[in-house]
Amino acid sequence: TRHSASLATKVFIQRDYSEGTVCRFQTKFPSELDSRIERTLLEDTVKTLNTYYAEAEKMGGQSYMEGCLACATAYIIFLCMETHYEKVLKKISGYIQEQNEKIYAPRGLLLTDPIERGMRVMEVSVFEDRGSSGSSLSSSATSGGSAQR
Amino acid sequence: MHLGLDEPVRECQYNQICTRNSSPMETLSHKKKRTPRRKWQIFPGRNRFYCNGRVMMARQTGVFYLTLVLIMVTSGLFFAFDCPFLASNLTPAIPVIGGVLFLFVLGMLLRASFSDPGVLPRATPDEAADLERQMDAANGSSGPGYRPPPRIREVVINGQTVKLKYCFTCKIFRPPRASHCSLCDNCVERFDHHCPWVGNCVGKRNYRFFYLFILSLSFLTIFIFAFVITHVILRSNRSGFLNALKDSPARYPLTGREVVVCFFSVWSIVGLSGFHTYLISSNQTTNEDIKGSWSTKRAKNNYNPYSYGNVLTNCCAALCGPLHPSLIDRRGFIQPDTPQPLSHSNGSGLYPSTQNHTHMCDQEHCIQSTKFVLQAAATPLLHSDPVMMGRAGPPPSGKTSLGGPCSSLAPSQPSLPSSMPGLGCAGDMLTLRDPDAHCHHHHFVSPEEMPSPLGPSSLVLPFAAHGGHLNPAQLYDPASQDSLHEDSVRGLVKLSSV
Repeated sequence: TRHSASLATKVFIQRDYSEGTVCRFQTKFPSELDSRIERTLLEDTVKTLNTYYAEAEKMGGQSYMEGCLACATAYIIFLCMETHYEKVLKKISGYIQEQNEKIYAPRGLLLTDPIERGMRVMEVSVFEDRGSSGSSLSSSATSGGSAQR
Repeated sequence: MHLGLDEPVRECQYNQICTRNSSPMETLSHKKKRTPRRKWQIFPGRNRFYCNGRVMMARQTGVFYLTLVLIMVTSGLFFAFDCPFLASNLTPAIPVIGGVLFLFVLGMLLRASFSDPGVLPRATPDEAADLERQMDAANGSSGPGYRPPPRIREVVINGQTVKLKYCFTCKIFRPPRASHCSLCDNCVERFDHHCPWVGNCVGKRNYRFFYLFILSLSFLTIFIFAFVITHVILRSNRSGFLNALKDSPARYPLTGREVVVCFFSVWSIVGLSGFHTYLISSNQTTNEDIKGSWSTKRAKNNYNPYSYGNVLTNCCAALCGPLHPSLIDRRGFIQPDTPQPLSHSNGSGLYPSTQNHTHMCDQEHCIQSTKFVLQAAATPLLHSDPVMMGRAGPPPSGKTSLGGPCSSLAPSQPSLPSSMPGLGCAGDMLTLRDPDAHCHHHHFVSPEEMPSPLGPSSLVLPFAAHGGHLNPAQLYDPASQDSLHEDSVRGLVKLSSV
């Protein structure tokens, strides 16, 4: 028999503004996911994403060159070329997809790319197998269940 | 019971909204028959979109067209009447340089006006619910010592404590340096100001275009001004000053007017460029400068945590930093299964919801909104005088579905310090003030004002429970609760955006 998965709850990893306005997510492990995934796996994912975002927003020689070139061409150059940031965002979405396939989907979780939530949060959807009678699963689902309307 | 009578009315209103929006939902389900809709069409802010979502501007664009007209007319007159003389008598480089400057100015203006300033998309219903749960949990638990109220989170950035405020409209905690623009009804990252001349907000993504626009416009006006004067002088050298002026009106009818426009523009625009150059070099926004967020007058060890320390790095960061992508994806297609952000659209007709989230039409949403409204209204008393809290306290036992959530919130943490002296006194039912900037005002107001608001306020809480007496100044007409909520939220965000 096949189990169908239903969305039990969503856990949100918020932004970490301790380093200013740069894009960073909190590496603090949300307690609702304690029973679903090992701490280190999620923390590694978040840390890797943070390094990607830092690379996208890095202000160094390359970004200055790009900025000056763009200004000199009155920003028309972006009609044909992608900005550095957009390139990194593509890398990020590839990374998230790979992580989902390898690590999160087998555990009944799904990471949503933060860009789809306006970079406000990293959404972790927790799925519960219908028909599976894991009591720990159902209790964690009900505790977060009030978030679900 | 008052509320009982009004519930059917309220439900009718929400039902109306729901049915009105069943057409976009039908559109979604009949996607095959109709063209799929793009996200800009259900954008909850007060923006206007053109060219199928490629162009994004504020609602009031009249002044922008004035700017365009002024620039084009003045430059046009210059090219038409002064350039032929100057090109033949001085050098043809003059019209060329003028032309390049003019095109650059226009390009930067259009770029600043048409691009997304860095709007933060509103929270999805799940996120909003999650945040509300966290804030309610924080409300319930009591902790020792000073804790910031749940609607404010504190972050330490670079050694400086920064308060992140909760935006009621967008249902998010605003990132540092973000602010909610009341004209566009959006939270904008690194909000500088709303510029009517440009017809858009100036924020993180279009600040450099705005700055380059005013800088190049300063050069253009100085250029035109200088060469028009040169033209008049050269002519007067040949035929006398009065003759030159006489010739000018006759042959070049508007030279005099051109000079006048340029003169005033030069000073105001050059002044503005200078001001923004200062802001860029110290890495501040207009918003922060006006509020004096980082001035040493506020606190002795106050400093700007975002500044890189030296002028050159600050300038490079502002002008040559990475260009962030737009977060609102306005030309993307609406996916029927993705959650749409909550909206407090003020009667613009679109109340975005998908089939999964029709709960927004529920009483529950109404309760949530009213919860915020009443909590905000009730907190000025609770904040300033804890004794009052005991008296005004939890509403009497007659609890209704409305009184339920309110009673749990009424004795809550003073999350919204308000300078409002009385609920009935101010025109707006709610005000939300930055505690840092206005706490002095608040404390000044509260001792004398406290006794009077107890009157109307004590009506508010029992009203929450019974829906009984109406303070006439309350403006709470249950039939127009929606509009009141809109107004109060708008009043709230208007003042919180200051």
